[in-house]
Amino acid sequence: MKVKVLFFAALRERLGTAGEEIELPAGVGTVAALRSHLRGRGGAWELALAESKLVRMAVNQDMAQPADAIKAGDEIAFFPPVTGG
Amino acid sequence: MKVSVQREDFDAGAEIRALSRDPKVGAVASFVGVVREVGMTLEHYPGMTEKALEKIIAEAGTRWKVLDCTVIHRHGTLRPTDQIVLVVVASAHRGDAFAACEFIMDYLKTQAPFWKKEAAGWVEARAADDQAAARWK
Repeated sequence: MKVKVLFFAALRERLGTAGEEIELPAGVGTVAALRSHLRGRGGAWELALAESKLVRMAVNQDMAQPADAIKAGDEIAFFPPVTGG
Repeated sequence: MKVSVQREDFDAGAEIRALSRDPKVGAVASFVGVVREVGMTLEHYPGMTEKALEKIIAEAGTRWKVLDCTVIHRHGTLRPTDQIVLVVVASAHRGDAFAACEFIMDYLKTQAPFWKKEAAGWVEARAADDQAAARWK
């Protein structure tokens, strides 16, 4: 299935991309699985998305938990803890 | 209810007056966040930002009697003393207006997708902000 992935702030800079559309292999059905899939690219991806890093996630513009399901056409965003206000 | 994420500055007085016109309103509480000491650039997640702010306001409305509310948050480049954020809450009585205004700011700090970048780098999230939001649970 195809999903849209977005990155913001420090994460966007570390990965060198604001986002992309990607085709996911079967079995990648949660936010955590997608994060792990992206980590598998190695290099900056492995470092920036490491389990030890505080990364917040959103699915279709709502804050999401790691176990939340994702489906074709979803917009999934990864970003650092927010610092507005 | 009004939510705006914008580059331009805002007129807090005009926004407060706009929420004071309903004769049911007896209290208008407001908060203005200002850039302190060093300039910054604010990045946000267009679309989600507005949605997150609307959800926070809706949540405040389930906890207190809120007649109307305005949230304006700026993005882009900001200098020391620039206004960053405005929250205005109109209620019949001050207790609801004060509490809802503080709640909205505390939740905005931890839930609305904004990120500050200073010359020294990206600003780290503060545990104190998580604690401030957690006390409303």
